[in-house]
Amino acid sequence: MLDLLKSPVQTFQEFTRLAGLAVRGIARKPYYWDDIFIQMDLIGIGSLPVVILTGFFSGAVMALQMSRALQTYGATSQVGKIVAITLVREMGPVLTALMVAGRNASGMASELGSMKVTEQIDAMRALGTDPVLKLVKPRLIATAFVLPLLTILADFLGLVGGYIVACQMLHLTQGPQYWESAWRAIEYNDIAQGLLKPFCFAIVLSLVGCYYGMQTTGGTQGVGRSTTQAVVVASVWVVVLTFIIGRIFTSM
Amino acid sequence: MSATDSSPVVMAFESVSFGFGEGPLLQDISFELRRGETLVIQGAAASGKTLLLKLSLGLLRPTGGRIRLFGREVQELDERDWYDVRSRIGVLFQEGGLFDSLTIEENVAYPLLNQRLLRVPLEQVRDRVERSLDFVELGHTLARFPSELSGGMRRRVGIARAIVTQPELMIYDSPTAGLDPITANTIMALIAKGRDVRGATTVMVTHRHQDGDILDRYRFDAASGRLAPAARESTRTRYLVLQEGRIAFLGSPDEFDNCPDAYVAKFASR
Repeated sequence: MLDLLKSPVQTFQEFTRLAGLAVRGIARKPYYWDDIFIQMDLIGIGSLPVVILTGFFSGAVMALQMSRALQTYGATSQVGKIVAITLVREMGPVLTALMVAGRNASGMASELGSMKVTEQIDAMRALGTDPVLKLVKPRLIATAFVLPLLTILADFLGLVGGYIVACQMLHLTQGPQYWESAWRAIEYNDIAQGLLKPFCFAIVLSLVGCYYGMQTTGGTQGVGRSTTQAVVVASVWVVVLTFIIGRIFTSM
Repeated sequence: MSATDSSPVVMAFESVSFGFGEGPLLQDISFELRRGETLVIQGAAASGKTLLLKLSLGLLRPTGGRIRLFGREVQELDERDWYDVRSRIGVLFQEGGLFDSLTIEENVAYPLLNQRLLRVPLEQVRDRVERSLDFVELGHTLARFPSELSGGMRRRVGIARAIVTQPELMIYDSPTAGLDPITANTIMALIAKGRDVRGATTVMVTHRHQDGDILDRYRFDAASGRLAPAARESTRTRYLVLQEGRIAFLGSPDEFDNCPDAYVAKFASR
C-alpha cells in the first residue's frame, strides 16, 4: 500500500517544490522579458483561432440546445441570460483552459522535455542560469496574463454565437432583448468567478506543463510520455478546480 | 598526484555516495585532484561516471560524504552559491548540451553573459566568442544554428563554449562518444590543447582507451601547433575506473596499464 502511494506523493512533493520556486521567482531578478513576450505571443496569439472557434460554437450550441426547453416553458426571451451565465461562469473559462492545456501545456512539456533529454537544462544550470527563472517563470507569467484575456474573448464570441442561433436562425427572441437579458444576468460575482478561474487554471496549466517537461527521462519516448501526462493532468485539474472555485462562490 | 605535489587541491571527494535504498549508485568515492592534473574516468555503462561528474557540478547532491571544490565545501551549497562555483568550471556535456534555439555565437556567448561573477562587458563578448571559436577552428559558423552542424562540429562548439570563460577546471563527459575515429582524435587534440595551453585541470569521462592515451602520452606543442609525444609523468594524468558505483582503480598510467584486475584491464591499452 505504502509503495503504491510513494510515487504520487513524490510527484506531488516535487510539483509543490517547483511551484514554490516559480512563485518565489516572480519577485526575483532577472526577468527575461523577451521570453515572457515570446510566450505571450505563442499562448495568446497562437491560441486565438482555436479559442475563437470554441467560444463561438459553444455559445451557438448552448442556444440551440436550450431552444426547445425554453419554448416548452414559453421563456424564449431568457435565452441570452442562460447563455451568458453559463458561458461566463463555467463554459468560457473551462473550454478555453482545456484548449490551452491541449495546445500549450503539451507544448511546454515537449519543449522542456526535449531540452532535458539533450542536457540543455543541465547546461543552463552549469552556465549560470536558473532554469526555473529562465524557463518556468516566463511561461507562468505569460499564461497567467493571457488566459483570462482569451477567456473574455471566448465569452464574448460565445454570446455572439448564441445571438446568431437564437435571433438569426431560430428567431427565439429579438436582438436587443437577447443582449439586454444577457447583460442584466451577469453579476459582479459572475465576473469575479469568470476571471479568477482562468487565472488559477493558468497557474496550474503552466506549472504542470513545465513540471512534466523538466521531469522527462528516457529520450524521445520520454518526451512523448511527458507530453501526454501534462495534457491529461492539466485537463483533470481544470475540471477539479472549476468545481472547487464554483463551490466556494456558491457558498458565499 | 605524487606525495610531493604541492599544487592546491582543485577537487576532492571524501567518501561520497549517492542514491538510496537497494544498491546506492555511487559508494565511497574518494580522490583528490590538484591544479594542472588530468583525471581520466573509465568504467562500464551505468557504473556511475556521468553521475560523478554531475555531483562535481552540483547538478545532483550527494547523499553522503563531502565534496570540496577550489578549497570550498560544496555539498550543502544552495543553488545560487553553486553558480559562483560553476563560473570557475567549464563543461562539455555528452550530447554537447547546445541550446538549439540559439545561434552558435549566442551559444558560445551564453556563459559570458549569464555567469553572475564574470560580468564581461558587452563590447568584449564578440571578440572572446570569436577567439574561442577560432581555437576549435569553427570561426566561420557564428551565425549558424546547432542543427546545421555535424555531430563533431557541435562537440567542438561545446568545447568553445566551455573554454570561453577561461575556467580553471574543465570537465568533459564522453567527448568522443558516437564520433568516427578521425573526428574523435580531432576532439581529443583540442582537449589536450586546451589543457596544455592554459594549464587547466581536466576531468574526462570516456569509453575509449585511446582518449586516455592521448591525454597521458601527448602534450600540445605551441611551436609546431600539434600534439607531440611526451613523458607520461609530465602530463600529470591519472586514471580512475568505476565498477558498479565503486572505485575499482585509481592510479598512474603505468599502474593502470599493469593492473592485474581483469575488470580494470578491459579499459587499459594493452
